[in-house]
Amino acid sequence: MKKLAVLGTILLVSAILFAGCNKKPVEPVAVEKPKAFKVAFVYIGPPGDLGWTYEHDRGRKALNEAFGEKLQTAFIENVPEGPDATRVIRQYAQDGYDMIFTTSFGYMDPTLEVAKEFPNVKFEHCSGYKTNPNMATYFGRIEEARYLSGIIAGKMTKSNKIGFVAAFPIPEVVRGINGFTLGVRSVNPKAQVKVVWTNTWYDPVKEREAAVALLDDGSDIIAQHQDTTEPQKAAKERGKFSIGYDSDMGKFVGDTVLASPIWNWAVYYKDTIGKAMAGTWTSHQYWGGLKDGVVALSDLSPNVPEDVKTLVKAAQDKITGGWSIFSGPIKDQAGKIAVKEGETVPDDKQSTMDWFVAGVVGKVK
Amino acid sequence: MKFYFEKRKALSVKAVVLVPVVSFVVSLLLTAVILFIFGANPLATYAAMFGGAFGSGRAFTETLVKAIPLMLTGLGVALAFKMRFWNIGAEGQLAMGGISAAAVALFASPWIPKVILLPAVLAGACLAGALWAGIPALLKTSLKVDETLTTLMMNYVAILISETLYYGPWRDPNGFGFPGTAPFPEAAWLPRFAGRAHIGLVFGVILAVALWIVLDRTRWGFELKIIGNSQASARYLGISVERNIVMAILLSGAASGLAGGCEVTAISHRLQQGMSLGYGYTAIIVAWMAQLNPIAVVFVSLLMAGLLVGGDQVQMMMGLPAAMGLVIQGMILFPMLAGSFFTEYHIKVVRSPKAAVAAGGAA
Repeated sequence: MKKLAVLGTILLVSAILFAGCNKKPVEPVAVEKPKAFKVAFVYIGPPGDLGWTYEHDRGRKALNEAFGEKLQTAFIENVPEGPDATRVIRQYAQDGYDMIFTTSFGYMDPTLEVAKEFPNVKFEHCSGYKTNPNMATYFGRIEEARYLSGIIAGKMTKSNKIGFVAAFPIPEVVRGINGFTLGVRSVNPKAQVKVVWTNTWYDPVKEREAAVALLDDGSDIIAQHQDTTEPQKAAKERGKFSIGYDSDMGKFVGDTVLASPIWNWAVYYKDTIGKAMAGTWTSHQYWGGLKDGVVALSDLSPNVPEDVKTLVKAAQDKITGGWSIFSGPIKDQAGKIAVKEGETVPDDKQSTMDWFVAGVVGKVK
Repeated sequence: MKFYFEKRKALSVKAVVLVPVVSFVVSLLLTAVILFIFGANPLATYAAMFGGAFGSGRAFTETLVKAIPLMLTGLGVALAFKMRFWNIGAEGQLAMGGISAAAVALFASPWIPKVILLPAVLAGACLAGALWAGIPALLKTSLKVDETLTTLMMNYVAILISETLYYGPWRDPNGFGFPGTAPFPEAAWLPRFAGRAHIGLVFGVILAVALWIVLDRTRWGFELKIIGNSQASARYLGISVERNIVMAILLSGAASGLAGGCEVTAISHRLQQGMSLGYGYTAIIVAWMAQLNPIAVVFVSLLMAGLLVGGDQVQMMMGLPAAMGLVIQGMILFPMLAGSFFTEYHIKVVRSPKAAVAAGGAA
């Protein structure tokens, strides 16, 4: 009974203390203007990852500059994919946020679950495929920028082995590896792209270990589809070049990063939030490319020779001019023609892509 | 002048009441200092944490969602600890429960009538948890292998098995390559009663009451207590120590297995990443804070869940870094745990040999 008394006391005291807190005027966290449109972002990692989440958070900050006091933004970092994300997303919905952006593939089902429960809140999920009347998806054709970076890697590899540190074998990543490899092979048919899966988006230690394994195996350029700069740092420490991702990683790691396919979310965020504030927002599936500016190739490192720069520029003009990087003829890993000459992979087949092109060493399944 | 700790001869009521109160106030004050350094208003932060965990019906359902696995694993751990069997393996037993529940729900469902599918799934979860805990129990009783190590190491094995399954052979063929099994058939979903709060809560409360009755009111419970206090005495009294330890640990593992079964059938409806967020480890803190009392485990797991849910508010509402939520959780728990030490011990101050004699005489 005494133990129960202890517990009872703990509960009572906490109740009294917390009740006391509640009665005192709580200072608002941010100055709330009555009409401010409230937008929340759910992040898989911290904005300090200098990669994926860093870029989304740059997009969020750009919104604050663009909309000023008419918009109020909040974010939560390090939210694990899976059931616990549901709680976090629902929390924002019930706290009166008008629009919630969830920025990782694994938030798809949690976002849909909460979207169905809060029909008056707008949800936007990055990189998934499920929608609802109040839930849109958005993503970009980063593989177009990856194709350009592949040209650089294909031209500059000496061992003809390029390492690729990749997160999950899902279409988003598979498409990126294929786009990159097609770029590599367009200038260097002998080069191979070796893939190592980490099965995590954000884990600096695993990302580094995978890069080191690829370097040990003889790769002399490291590309990646992860959230941090660790693979680039590992390559630099071995005196090797790398291709970044997400952000202009050369700024954080140095000129050994030859180029980075980068996201420019502000372009999209400003547009869709503007529509939501104006009341013209409807559910949609946005998939922008190089020509829309939502994806881009960063400035090239001084280590990239002029002739390679010219090749990249030419390919970039071709893509923004409407050419698809998934134009045939494309061979699969077995050497069979997967896309015939004169054909391209349609969008719906791209969004479910589960096969590698010739030149990739690795397995999707 | 010397200080040393002396065990209190009897639990003083004053200590039992005052120590937790003082510990809690100390933790709030210490945390307030840190919050102040980070430029946050401590009162507003506490209000946000409390509001996020208990402030509304909806918020409270999410606290329950976290409290249920803590309660079930906490009960399992408390039972094992009562016998001085250091079962650090609740996390792995929970994972095995989830795996087993998924196996039954996904692959045995065509042969099981719908009405008993859910009971079969949960029974599978209990069985797997029990077996997973039974291995270290047998190793301990037959070969004297230290259970702290075996239960801990088997956590990693269980988690790796679950990952191997949902990254590999069990991966949803329609899931576009993302790790996770296919969704379970709806007949295998554990019903929810409010928000995502599910009837696992009922299991937790029933188990707590049952354990309390068994431990306090039955012969078997009495035997377990004696074994916990002194195995030598138990043997002298003719109690089968080995058999009782194995039985109790099977039950302990079954409780954690059930926690895993509830998580996959009520919350995620599939086996995937994020099934457990360290519930099996937090259960150890829950069990200790509850002083191994099953009824207390129910309330402590609610408090702990509130602390976990409220911790997110620190980020979401106060705009503080994610790590701050963890710091606050640690700052609140540490003095509470340290405080429980002082309900059993008190500090004795010895000024000089003479004074010590006088003090000893006075005590």
